[in-house]
Amino acid sequence: MKKRSNAPFFWLMFGAGGMLSALFGTALVLITGLATPLGIGLHSDFMAYPRVLAFAQNFIGKGFVFVVITLFAWHAAHRIFHSLHDVGIHNGTVAKLLCYGSAFVMTCVAAYSLLCIGF
Amino acid sequence: MQSKTTGNGVRRNPPHPPYVRPMAGWWARNPFFVRYMVREVTAVAVWVYALVLSCGVLRLSQGEAAWNGWLSAMQSRASIVLHLVLLLGMVLHVHSWFEIMPKTMAPIIVGGERVSAQRIQRTGWTVAVVVTVAVLLLAVWSQS
Repeated sequence: MKKRSNAPFFWLMFGAGGMLSALFGTALVLITGLATPLGIGLHSDFMAYPRVLAFAQNFIGKGFVFVVITLFAWHAAHRIFHSLHDVGIHNGTVAKLLCYGSAFVMTCVAAYSLLCIGF
Repeated sequence: MQSKTTGNGVRRNPPHPPYVRPMAGWWARNPFFVRYMVREVTAVAVWVYALVLSCGVLRLSQGEAAWNGWLSAMQSRASIVLHLVLLLGMVLHVHSWFEIMPKTMAPIIVGGERVSAQRIQRTGWTVAVVVTVAVLLLAVWSQS
């Protein structure tokens, strides 16, 4: 039997992550990176510990955080890997390990942290 | 350099040094490829933001002091500048993602006619704006 390609898996993660980041990325960067830290539009305690903890302990909140981190990471890793050749970097095994490895590490960190936070 | 004479008496010039086409900045010479590169580079913004959130969720799992450390790092000038760049990257990603959507998705047939590329793009951009506004409103509403 012919060995099955693993390309569809990476392509699926790329597509899902691309769609999710296109829909939610702008708002999330605005909320977590600009509005809350600067206190513009949102209170600066919008991401205060008890609030964020409650969000991350909620089943839906936990799932959302996990899906955002993992799909963003796999989307970006796939796209960066396939662009390396265009900027003159050999897209060999090392580059592949670094790109997809970074997404794998972020997946593990997110999963481990979210499990530690509890339900 | 001297010409060589081959066995049958034909004179050949010495081998020319191989021509290597300069490739540095190849994409900057054509607007089409500039757009391609901008589109691809948005992935760096998505990657960096995923990393920022990974650090955040890790710090959150380590308790209140660790989380507050991450929060104050997010308030630093460097972080604000970084997030302005990330915001630009995300906006470009929204634009380019739905711009190429008609080419990356399977054709949709409605009423025997293929849905036009322009319609797919406009639908995508509209949905993205609606979701963005909805999430922002939800955030504002959740703190009142």
